[in-house]
Amino acid sequence: MSTENNSRPAAGATPPAGGATESEPIKAIRLRHPWRIVFAVVLVIGFVLFIVDAAGREAYKWDFVAKYVFDRRISEAALNTLQLTVYSMVIAIILGVILAVMRLTPNPVVNSLAWFYLWVFRGTPVYVQLVFWGLLSIIYSSIDIGIPFMEPWFSFETNAALSTFTLAIIGLALNEAAYMAEIVRAGLLSVDKGQDEAATALGMTWFQTMWRVILPQSMRVIIPPTGNEVISMLKTTSLVTAVPYSFDLYTRSRDISAETFTPIPLLIVASIWYLFFTSILMVGQHFLEKRFARGVGAREDRKIDTMSGTLTGAVPLGSGQPTVVRPPGDGPPPTEPGGPR
Amino acid sequence: MSDATTPSAAARAPMVLADRVSKSFGSNEVLKSISLEVKHGEVMCLVGPSGSGKSTFLRCINHLEVVNSGRLMVDGDLIGYRETGGRLYELAPKDAARQRRDIGMVFQRFNLFPHMTALENVMEAPLRVKKMAKARVEQDARALLARVGLADRADYYPAHLSGGQQQRVAIARALAMEPKLMLFDEPTSALDPELVGEVLDVMKGLAKEGMTMIVVTHEMGFAREVADSLVFMDGGVVVESGDPDEVLSNPQHRRTQAFLSKVL
Ligand SMILES: Nc1ncnc2c1ncn2[C@@H]1O[C@H](COP(=O)(O)OP(=O)(O)OP(=O)(O)O)[C@@H](O)[C@H]1O
Ligand SMILES: [Mg+2]
Repeated sequence: MSTENNSRPAAGATPPAGGATESEPIKAIRLRHPWRIVFAVVLVIGFVLFIVDAAGREAYKWDFVAKYVFDRRISEAALNTLQLTVYSMVIAIILGVILAVMRLTPNPVVNSLAWFYLWVFRGTPVYVQLVFWGLLSIIYSSIDIGIPFMEPWFSFETNAALSTFTLAIIGLALNEAAYMAEIVRAGLLSVDKGQDEAATALGMTWFQTMWRVILPQSMRVIIPPTGNEVISMLKTTSLVTAVPYSFDLYTRSRDISAETFTPIPLLIVASIWYLFFTSILMVGQHFLEKRFARGVGAREDRKIDTMSGTLTGAVPLGSGQPTVVRPPGDGPPPTEPGGPR
Repeated sequence: MSDATTPSAAARAPMVLADRVSKSFGSNEVLKSISLEVKHGEVMCLVGPSGSGKSTFLRCINHLEVVNSGRLMVDGDLIGYRETGGRLYELAPKDAARQRRDIGMVFQRFNLFPHMTALENVMEAPLRVKKMAKARVEQDARALLARVGLADRADYYPAHLSGGQQQRVAIARALAMEPKLMLFDEPTSALDPELVGEVLDVMKGLAKEGMTMIVVTHEMGFAREVADSLVFMDGGVVVESGDPDEVLSNPQHRRTQAFLSKVL
């Protein structure tokens, strides 16, 4: 009688020893979501219609798009935009780290100075700042380096020394530094105080502690918003026409369209390039995030602790899928032991 | 005197000498004129109720906290200051860091660097602080991990180690700087009971090898077995001190009796 009970009619199941303790797998009718399907179908149809319509629509002038997307002038401008983005972001990050550290020092003068910087550069539009940088040579016609009230060691004409390209980078970088400072500060504050103590107790200097211990750990918090800032910066470069710098992607495509009277296809060309760059940046961000997630949570490429019985599971009837039970504690979630199926 | 001919006066000076050390946080006086002495190779256990200032005292010894009055000497060196012509000069951060190299510290919450593997944690300070050659450092670090029973865990990140394993890595990390003094601040308090033993075993081994240690702990069994002296602190003062067996089985002071009746 008891053997009868054990052999249950689960499809393809071989009854294991002590199978009486196993429960039936649930075979319920799945809940249907008809409206979800309807909604999805409507969206897809709408999207396809839009694409089909756009492909044939006269105003887009796709032949112009194809002609200009790899035009020398456009690709050069795209490179300029990329350079503006990279240079100003690099400067902004360095300056942001400095400002963040200044904000965190106990020195009240240094502290307020950093606060004042943030107040000014975050409190005014970047467009206005760029116009100001363009007017630098009118405000300061020459730049002197030396001891105040003495004969300067170097002196140069502002106009000659600083091109509009340089001014655009300065303008973008100084504005961005204010935002980066807040991002870095939040990152530094996110690191446990015990880390600083442990490093100091080992005899590491302030700089070593910062560079080797605190900053790498804060990266996990810093990188995602910084990625957003880079993408945002790429697009903000379209404002450098305020300096006025006119060799960036947006300004250049506007200039070309002014000659050809085809603004719409050239806007599409510019958009394609912007999208191309942001896509690359997003991939880069993904890999950076992975790199700085070291030691946090699970990593598939690290062996898991098999000795402490990470994999303890019962094999349910018939399914062929091992149940994986996580051990207590914060070990890594186990990888699928079955391998590819 | 024959001071000039003997190797050095410092060699006979105690490893740690606290002379009327006081420390306040604002108006909160946490340490009140603490005086005590730890000889070379001695293991001292520091016990006392929460808030009595044990951690603060340990942190003062390696200058993580600055004392307000009194003197702290480690192996004959004044901690945190240089004394010239009867005046005290605050040490530059670089010199303070140099003093800390010789003092290992182990924390209640391990404080391992989570972005580095166990091996990298142990190698970090010898590499960056002592600027030793990498091959040599790695060899030493692996030997240290083997010594704390974790040779096979060298490439694990702290998050993938148990609490007891993490604390043993933390001990190896401190030992990597070849300190002459080890400070332990409740090294087993954050551990599950079944993991306490493995950490205490490592510490017993250290004591046997002659390491000078100050251990803040609630493990009275360990104190009785390993410690050469036991100090009971309460409210920022040393209430009672002496041979661990004696203090534990026959406490003189009422506050010691009250505390021990709770923890024993
Ligand atoms: N950085 C600080 N700022 C202000 N007060 C502090 C600081 N550190 C410690 N204290 C105070 O000093 C007192 C002693 O703290 P300490 O950590 O030394 O005690 P403890 O004996 O180690 O206690 P526990 O057993 O809980 O670790 C406490 O009242 C605490 O609030
Ligand atoms: Mg404490």
